[in-house]
Amino acid sequence: MTRVPYEVYTEDVEALSVLSPDGEVINKDKLPDLTDDQLKEIMYRMVFTRTWDDRAVNLGRQGRLGFYAPVSGQEATMIGSEFALEKEDFICPGYRDIPQLVWHGLPLYQAFLYSRGHQHGGQIPDGVNVLMPQIIIGAQILHATGIAMGFQLKKQKNVAITYTGDGGSSEGDFYEGLNFAGRFKLPVIFFVQNNGYAITTPFAKQTASKSIAHKAVAVGIPGIKVDGMDIFAVITAVREAAERARNGEGATLIEAVTYRFRPHSLSDDASKYRSKDEEGQWSEKDPINRLAKYLEKKGLWTEEDTLRVREEAKATVNEQIKKAEQTEKMTVSGLIDSMFEVTPKHLEEQKADFE
Amino acid sequence: MAQMNMKEAIRDAMRVELSRDPNVMIFGEDVGNVGGVFRVTEGLQKEFGEERIFDTPLAESAIGGLAFGLGVQGFRPIAEIQFVGFIFEALDQIVIQAARLRYRSGGKYNAPIVFRTPFGGGVKAAELHTDSLEGLIAQSPGIKVVIPSNPYDAKGLLIASIRDNDPVFFMEHLNLYHAFRAEVPEGEYTVELGKANVVREGSDVSIITYGLMVHTATKAAEQLEKEGIKAEIIDLRTVSPIDIDTIVASVKKTNRAIVVQEAQKSSGVAAEVIAQINEKAILHLEAPVLRVAGPDTVYPFAQIEDTWIPTPARVITAVKQVLEF
Repeated sequence: MTRVPYEVYTEDVEALSVLSPDGEVINKDKLPDLTDDQLKEIMYRMVFTRTWDDRAVNLGRQGRLGFYAPVSGQEATMIGSEFALEKEDFICPGYRDIPQLVWHGLPLYQAFLYSRGHQHGGQIPDGVNVLMPQIIIGAQILHATGIAMGFQLKKQKNVAITYTGDGGSSEGDFYEGLNFAGRFKLPVIFFVQNNGYAITTPFAKQTASKSIAHKAVAVGIPGIKVDGMDIFAVITAVREAAERARNGEGATLIEAVTYRFRPHSLSDDASKYRSKDEEGQWSEKDPINRLAKYLEKKGLWTEEDTLRVREEAKATVNEQIKKAEQTEKMTVSGLIDSMFEVTPKHLEEQKADFE
Repeated sequence: MAQMNMKEAIRDAMRVELSRDPNVMIFGEDVGNVGGVFRVTEGLQKEFGEERIFDTPLAESAIGGLAFGLGVQGFRPIAEIQFVGFIFEALDQIVIQAARLRYRSGGKYNAPIVFRTPFGGGVKAAELHTDSLEGLIAQSPGIKVVIPSNPYDAKGLLIASIRDNDPVFFMEHLNLYHAFRAEVPEGEYTVELGKANVVREGSDVSIITYGLMVHTATKAAEQLEKEGIKAEIIDLRTVSPIDIDTIVASVKKTNRAIVVQEAQKSSGVAAEVIAQINEKAILHLEAPVLRVAGPDTVYPFAQIEDTWIPTPARVITAVKQVLEF
């Protein structure tokens, strides 16, 4: 009898880290190649996203948004992973992954319309390769395998990336998706943002697996763990996974260890399951401060830049939420007409009740 | 014209579409080299290659998700779910993901997928291989449910389903795969989805049914004719949406109707047919519309399935009840 070596599943895997919390490069070999303009663009997106998230929480409390899952703390995983992709690569998001969609090309007002429960939120503009956010926790993982197979069959050198959380890694669809990707060598990246909690359930109660990255072992694809508060580590990991995929070497599972500073959603109270102490420790790892320190040392960013971006973000959010609010409301007739390409007769008749 | 059984007609439909449209592809468990556990796809992998007809790992949800993603990429997948009892594993991908894609994306994306699955009893198969779950899918908005009763319809309906830009759940009765041969035209033709077929004309009672039960009803009608009772038989062909116009036209002529389905009695296709008759033709009825169906139990183990599934005798009894009302 031969068994899998014990250490394969009992030893922890080290998380890839490039930038220390003080903004020092601690792993030069894995520092992504980025121009000064790209570095400033990444910083811009992070500050913009944090401000938009702050505003969105307020808009949610005012009743101007519907379901909204806060993102603060996860800017490095979201913005870094999207930045590492090409425009033609395809994003299959979970419900929290709105920033990736927006930075990939979805207009912000459509993201707001999605939150407000309007169909136009899902009418993705041509040339923007994303699906609308997924509510069922694991379904998008399988969609990404299908989209990746499409790239493979069309011999397009593109990748599909899909996001879920630590909770999502417990879904059957997670294993099925990874296994299909392994079997067909699909150009797909499974990106798990392990923010420590599936709503309120902590990671320790989620799995007995040493890490989520370990789960790749079972399906024969590489599993990588990265520091999810370190945007350089995220960019490097996704770039390497994308390159593998483009070279026909197949899928990669990336676990990014991160933290959501706010509760799971606006209707949940994080103080019931997390300590102030824990929150404090994670805020010391804030991905925005970390990059800011690095950029300040290089003379690429100042406090004034942050303030300027915040103002710009606030103005943009105001303008985009207004645009969302001014978009003509959905109608039941319109809903009925969106069920099929050609509306069947019985549905045509049912429209009469609403006209 | 060739003589084909239903299995061959279904295979021929797929061959026609694979030849015509390079985006059509077939996958599922064991559909490749051996051509499926019922050999419906036999020979297609050899003819069209392993990129277009291939076996997947054993995972129904992933088969559904793969179809969804390929549909988004512009392919036209035919995804086989090996037996109907396994669709529960894939139900999220079928009725939540594929069937809602057009709505969720405001028409931006569609899901041009055909989910094929064998169903139906009378063949002494293992548990969960034979259930009639069409009512379950029919209740889900955004997906059509097609059930052919003969080789000609099977080919034409399947071609129409493959060409449809919305998802279609295509159910093939196990007991009809090899039951009989019929004339099936070569090449391409379609049978319109959502259109019922009057398979037997009559003036005394309408028997509305689909799938294997068309044949059960026909046997009953032949018996009834000997007693001077002329039954009209309507084969729904598509159980969602239901072609109520054809039903109403028949009820206006006969003033009496029964609905025959193999599935359990409550809340299914028969209930829907009766509700729609009530809405559109109640003043033409001389008697309540009765249902002949399986009882509301789980689908039985093989030993008693022949008595569980509606028989011609039960159809005859119901017809006489509405005639004598």
